[in-house]
Parts: sequence; C-alpha cells; structure tokens
Amino acid sequence: MSKKPDLLPGTLDLLILKTLTRTPLHGYGIALSIKRLSDDVLTVEEGSLYPALQRLLLRSWVKAEWKITETNRRARFYSLTAAGRKQLGIEESQFEQMIAAIRRVLRSAQEV
Amino acid sequence: MNPLTRFLKKLLILLCGGRFGSELQEEMAFHRAQAEEELVSSGMTPEAAHYAAMRQFGNETKLMEQSHEEVTFRVETVVQDLRFALRQWRRNLGFALTAVLILALGMGVSVAIFGFVDAALLEPLPYANPDRLMSVNESNIEEPRWPLSYLDYLDWQRLNKSFSSLDVYGGAGYLLRTPSGAEPVEGARVSGSFFQTLGVRPVLGRDFNPGEDRPGGPNVVILSYGAWLHHFGGRRDAVGQTVDLDHDAYTIIGVLPRAFAFAPSGNAEFWVPINSLSHHEQMRTFYNFWGIGRLRDAVTMKAALAEMAAIATQLQRQYGVTGRNLTASVVPLTEIIVGDVRPILLTLLGGAGLLLLIACVNVASLVLVRSESRRREIAVRCALGATRARLVRLFASEGLLFALFGNLAGLIFAGVIMQFLGRLVPKDMASNMPFLGYVGLNAHTGAFAVAVGLLAAALLAVTPMVRLSFQKVRDELASGDRGATGPLWRRLGANMAVVELAVAVVLLAGAGLLGQSFYRLLHVPLGFDPNHLATVRVMAPGTIYHSDEQTAGLYREIVGRVSSLPGVQSAGMTSLLPVQCNCNIDAIQIPGRPSHDEHNEVVERHVSTGYLPTLKANLVRGRLFTEAEDASRPGVTVINQALARKYFTGEDPIGQRIADNEGGHPSEWEIVGVVEDVHEGPLDVDTWPAEYFPINQTRDHYFSLAVRTGQDAGILLPVLVNTLHQIDPNLGVSDEQTMNEQIEGTQAALLHRFSAWLVGGFALMALVLGVVGLYGVIAYSVSQRTREIGVRMALGAQRSSVYKLVMRQAGWLTLAGLAIGLVCSVGAALSIRSLLFGVQAWDAVTLGCVAVLLGLASMAASFLPARRAALVNPTDALRAE
Repeated sequence: MSKKPDLLPGTLDLLILKTLTRTPLHGYGIALSIKRLSDDVLTVEEGSLYPALQRLLLRSWVKAEWKITETNRRARFYSLTAAGRKQLGIEESQFEQMIAAIRRVLRSAQEV
Repeated sequence: MNPLTRFLKKLLILLCGGRFGSELQEEMAFHRAQAEEELVSSGMTPEAAHYAAMRQFGNETKLMEQSHEEVTFRVETVVQDLRFALRQWRRNLGFALTAVLILALGMGVSVAIFGFVDAALLEPLPYANPDRLMSVNESNIEEPRWPLSYLDYLDWQRLNKSFSSLDVYGGAGYLLRTPSGAEPVEGARVSGSFFQTLGVRPVLGRDFNPGEDRPGGPNVVILSYGAWLHHFGGRRDAVGQTVDLDHDAYTIIGVLPRAFAFAPSGNAEFWVPINSLSHHEQMRTFYNFWGIGRLRDAVTMKAALAEMAAIATQLQRQYGVTGRNLTASVVPLTEIIVGDVRPILLTLLGGAGLLLLIACVNVASLVLVRSESRRREIAVRCALGATRARLVRLFASEGLLFALFGNLAGLIFAGVIMQFLGRLVPKDMASNMPFLGYVGLNAHTGAFAVAVGLLAAALLAVTPMVRLSFQKVRDELASGDRGATGPLWRRLGANMAVVELAVAVVLLAGAGLLGQSFYRLLHVPLGFDPNHLATVRVMAPGTIYHSDEQTAGLYREIVGRVSSLPGVQSAGMTSLLPVQCNCNIDAIQIPGRPSHDEHNEVVERHVSTGYLPTLKANLVRGRLFTEAEDASRPGVTVINQALARKYFTGEDPIGQRIADNEGGHPSEWEIVGVVEDVHEGPLDVDTWPAEYFPINQTRDHYFSLAVRTGQDAGILLPVLVNTLHQIDPNLGVSDEQTMNEQIEGTQAALLHRFSAWLVGGFALMALVLGVVGLYGVIAYSVSQRTREIGVRMALGAQRSSVYKLVMRQAGWLTLAGLAIGLVCSVGAALSIRSLLFGVQAWDAVTLGCVAVLLGLASMAASFLPARRAALVNPTDALRAE
C-alpha cells in the first residue's frame, strides 16, 4: 500500500471552506469533492471532516441545514457564511505566503 | 462579539447535548452509507464495501469524541481557573471582600428598588383582566378627575355603549357599636355590580343581589377579610348575623378575599350598597361618587372617552347645569392606583441603577489596578506558553466569581432592604398601596438580579480583557519592573474615575434638589401655627344628635370641657383639618353679578367660633363669628384672602354676599371677615379660595377638633380622647395626632421625604465610592511614579512642585467628572421635574454646593497620596530598584 501524503496541518479547514464556495454540500460531498479536485492526491481520513466542521460551525464560518438529498435521504448540508468567506481569503493568502516561503527555503538549499 | 456568540453556542450545545450527538451520529452514518453505495456500484461485494467504507471513515468513537471536544468547555481548565481565582482571593482577602461588598451594595439596592417597581408598576392589579378596567369620571378644567353625581351616574350607565358594566363607589364612615362602646370604622358605598366589575367574588357568603342597590333596598353589608377576622374572629357563622352601623342593623351577607384591596377606598372594612341617598345626593349637581367601568372588548379607551364626553355634554345641556364645564375622563384604573408613586419609583430605580454603575466601575477599576500589579506574573505566564485566550479566561473567571459572590450577597441584602423600606411606609399610606404586599424576592426580582449579575460579570470580565488585548505582554517582561505606568492604564483607570465622579455628581445633585424640595414643602406658608396643636376626629351619631339644639349643645360641651383641661389654651372645631385636601368644594355665585359659565369653586369649611383663633390664623379685616350666630340667624361667612382677591378685586368684601345652592337649598351668606390664607389643601398645591361657615349654622356630625396647648401636644392626645368619651361614650373618636404629625403624614410630605432620604442615601454612597475610586487612581499612579518623582527631586524639584504635580492630575480628573456630571444632572433633574417643588432643575445653588462638596472631597482624597509623593526620599526611591 503506497502511503499518501498527509495533509499539511491546518489546511483541512481551508480545504473545506474552499469546496463550499461553489455550492452547499454535505460531509460526504465535501470529502468527495476534495478527493476529485486534488486528483486523488489529497485524501483525508474522511471522518476527521466532522470535528473540523464542528469547529467551523462554532466560529460561524459555515452554517448547517438539514435537507433531503436527491436519493431522498436526510443529510446535513453545510454552506459558507459571509464571515467564512472572509476567513477563506485570510487563510488562502496565509497559505500562499507559507508555500512561497517554503519554496524559497528549498530553492536556496539547492543553490548552496 | 465573536467570543460571546461562540460562548452562547457552546452553552446551547451543552444544554441540548443529546441532540448534538444524535445529529452527528446520523450524519456520520449517512456518510458511510453513501461511501458504501459508491463502492458497491464500482463492483465491490457489499460486505467488502462495508468494511472498506468503515476503514476509510476512521474510528467513529474517536471522531465523535474529537467533535465533542471542539464544542465543549474545557472543564478541567475552567475548574483550574476558578481554583486559581479563589487562591488569589485568599492571598488578598481584603481586596476580595471589598470588591464583593461594593458589588453587593450596588446590586442589593438596585434589586430591592426593582422589587418595588415590579410590584407597583409591572404586576397587574389583582382583578380579572385588569387592563380593561377604567376609572370613569367627570372632568373639568381645574380637576381632570371630578366625581360623578348619582343621577349623572345612572344616566351614564343607561346611555353608554362602551362599557360592559359601569359602577360607582364612595367613601363612608360608620360608628360600629361594639360591647365596649362606639368604634369609628371605615366603609365604602358601592353600586350593586361593583365587585363583579372588578371580577372579585366573596370567599364566604354572596355578592350583592340585583336590586339591593335600588333606593329602599335592604341593609346588607359585605365585610373585608380583615374586618371579619378582627370583629368576628373569622367565624363562618358571621354571615347572616347583623351589625350595628350608625344605629342601623345591617345583615352581613359576605366576606371578601384576603388578598382583596381597592386602594382608592383606603382600608374600607364595611362595604354596603348605595341604596339610601342623602338629600344632597339626590341632586344632579352634588358630585360625590367615583366611577369604574369595564371596557367592552372591541372598544378603545379613546372611543370610550369620546362617547362619555358626548354624554356628559348632552346631560349638562339637557338639565341646564351651569357654572361647570364638565366633560368625561376615562383613564386606566392602574393610573389612579399607582400614578402617584410612579415618578418616585422610577427616580429611585434610576438612582439605584447609577449606584450599581458606580459600584461596578469601582470594582472594575480595583480589578484593573490589581491586574496592573500582576503584569509581571502575566508576562511570566505568557513566556511559559499561556495563550492570550487562556489568560483572558483566567481573568474572566475571576470577574465571574466576583459577580457571583456579589450577587448572592446582594440578594440577601436586597431582601433586608425591601423589608426595611416596606416598614418605613406608614400604615395609612400602605393601605393606598396594596402592591406593597407583593414586594419581595420572587421570580421577577430573581430574574432581574440574574440579569444585573450577568451584566456586572460581563463588565468585570471584559475590563482585564481590554487591558490584555491592548498591550504587548511580551514587552512587559522586558521592561520587567514597576516602572512607568502603561498609557492604557492611565487612560482607562482615569476614565473610570471620571465616570464615577460624574455619576456621584448626578446623584448628589438629585439628592440636593429633592432635599431642597422637601425643605421648601415643609416651609410652605401655612397661614397658621402648627406647633402645640392637638387634633382628633369626632363622629357624633346622627340618631342621638338630630336637632339643632342637641348638636349645638354637643359643640358647646366639647369646647367647654376641653378648654378647661389643664394646659389647654383654646379649642375649636372644623369640618376638615387644614393641609389635607382641597375637597368639600362649593360652587359660589356673587348675587347681583351676571353668572357666566365661570369656574367658581371654592373650598368650604364649617368651623366653630374658636377654631380660627385656635389655629392662630390672622384676621385681616372685619370680625370672626360669634356663638350667637346659629341656625336661627342669617348666614354669615369668613373668607380667605385668595377668595377676596379673586372675586372682590379692588372692593371691600365685608358686607358683600356670596350665594350657593347646596343640596337644592339656595342660601346667601354675608361676608363678615377676611383671614389670611390657611393652607387647606395638600402642601404641594397652591392655596384655593376658601369660605368658612359657622358650624352652628351647618350642623356637622363629622368634624375634627383642634386644641392649642401650652405644652407638648402629644401628651394631650390621650386626655383628649378620654374627655370626649366621658362626654358621650357613643362618640366615635379617631385619628388622634398632633397637627405636625398630621402634616408630616400627608402623602405629599411622605413621598417627598421618602425620595429625598433615599436618593440622599444613594448619593452619599456614590460620593464615598467615587472619592475612593479617585483616591485609588491617584494613589496607584503615585506608587508607580515613585522613581520618577525621586529623579525629579534629586534634580532639584521642590516638595511643593511634587504636590502640584499630583494635585494637578487629580484636579483634572475632578474637573472632568464635575463638568460631565453637572451637565448630566441638569438632564436627570429635568426628567424628575414632577418631583421637584419650588426649585428648578438647574438650581445654581444646589449645583454649586454639589460642585464644592465633591471638589473638596476629591482634593482631600488626593491630598494623601500627594503628601506621600512629596515625602519620598530621593535616595530611597532611586535605590529601590
């Protein structure tokens, strides 16, 4: 079994927020979406979505609503709030900075 | 905001934790089911798919736990924080006790006052659907609420469509015959469906039957619960027995509930139907009864008023009533019962609120000072890895603990205050305030206390948060000493002192104005000398004294016997003592002058020959009555200056006549004298024109005796009662008081005294707290600047300049507090204008005194730290590092 790379710490929230920008999704939908968009590179332990979602709910970055799916089952759909959208912006730029910094470090290491 | 909503969300989840778990479980189950379906559709066997989905999902129990952890309070750290806070307290017990005491004081006072406000203004009256009950009366320009005549009432009842029922009540006094003699008792006369209108049913026996209130109806009486207990020992067989009221036998038909009270009738004990009308009461222009009505469901108060006003005008025209422009007044019954005390209670609540504010600010600044001295500790904690959130929680839990203990102590304190204040209200007045019985710790006051406690907790928790979030904690470890105070502390602490001083100014100014009103009220020119005057109310049974000679004989006997008592200088009788009310009103005409529809109401008093001299009222013109002027002689009258001014401007009133038409007896009275205005009405109402008729010509059975003595009037009272009983045991004798007690017991005096003393008390506490707050700020800033001061002195600064340095800082704070406070107090005073008497809201003397008082107190409070600063020894200060 090839070990897939672990997520960078703290990026799960960012990923969840990002997937919710287009449309409200339920937990399974979020997991699926992350997997598809990352071409199966990023897989989370699917269950770990749920503690993260509670955290986001608590901070009012997402809100939840029970709805009926196309397959006629009850599921909790999450959608982004205005505060969440703002937070996403912040986290994205922080992430960019971090990646850029890491890249700079790697590059300089090669040069030496 | 954000931490607060997060806190509330957590709380909500904590409260319905079951739902949180089940929803999460459902969600996770859904997730696995979806994953399983997907795997099956991609060709896996159901069993394999099931396990694959489980694996992919992870450990459900662990994940549930993690989710829970995200949303719950970290119990162990909360407990840790609380224990830490308690430990801090133990280390600094004085500080903790002071803070809790100050909080308890503010909370106790405000909760107690709220208890009264709640009972009086928020609790509905104890009747069925009380909001539909209206006080329905006539109205004229001078008196917005004017009683109804019985005939008008009957017509109003017949013609109106707005009220499902309309009833009247009127006061009555009876002589109850008891085995030990006659006892004057208070009663009320009511129309038949009075109790039904209120929605009150007797607990024992029955209500009045229809028709019992028609003329010639039977003598029946319903007892108040108190009268039943007091006179009949609460025996059930009292119903059906008869009582002797004014020498008539009345059958007891019922007993009212214990909780029943009808404030406008005072403490009436015997309720009888109006079924025998006096001669006067059969007149359309004898206004003697007050109305209450129950508004029909769809009718608004405004519509009812319009209808009743139209009826009033129509009746006036129909019966040719002149001399009065009567319309109707319809106001909620609540207004009649609590209208008088509302402004006072709201004022007191405002005062208590300010006191609470000052207490909270005071404690908050104490907490702040302490957090300042704990900067080092905080910095160390930070360095050891405490997050800012953790630190905030630490301080917040300390604030919460303060609020909790303060609240508990405050509740106990509030209970004590409520009892104490309730007892301060004299019995006579308490019967007009049935709501006093509902004052106490109940759900409403409890909820209020919790709300106040939460507010205080929030304030106390937020203060250190603000402080923490503004300052870079790490810098402090570096600076690491007790050096310069942070700019934030200086700003926040100083602002708090200014707030405290400003609030103190507002309360002081309010107390000053109310105190001055009270003083002015007690020094209203009375027109007589109230000292050394004993008074007593007498009721002579009409069945014994029914002829002119008999009553005149009784008057002579009373005056004669009482005047010969040792120490007594003179005695006189009046139908109503002064400074009570502008009631017993007569509509007069001046014969020979055209009568327009003018308002010619004057106060009418029936007095004996010796009465005005006994009061030491000043005769300005003419003469007083003589004994010889009795019913067989032409009517004479003495008028007051107000009447002379109003009706005989520029003329000599002596020898002129005034005419009235009381009870259908047109009479004329010759004016024989003019006296200086005796203040007949309440203290806070201007003197009305008044006429005095000889009691020998009017024959009153219900009168008051005023006796002037050379000694203490109080000592004379029991002797007076005895003498009257010796003259005739059938006389009803009540209300024995000195004139000064009478005056001080009037509603106006009591309400003003109450508000002046209470607000005065609040102001005193506020002054102490405010000044202590200022002292704290100055003292702390001096202790922080010791080194700076030492440097200054080492460089040659004089002690006087050190004084100046400290005092200047205190001076600025005081000035700012004063300026803000004075502006606010004018605003506050304007809002309590209705309680002020003879003094303006912007009274310069009061405001000036407040400014001087507070200025001096502040200077005294800051002098101590200034002195300490000036005595600093520069070498010690510099070496202290």
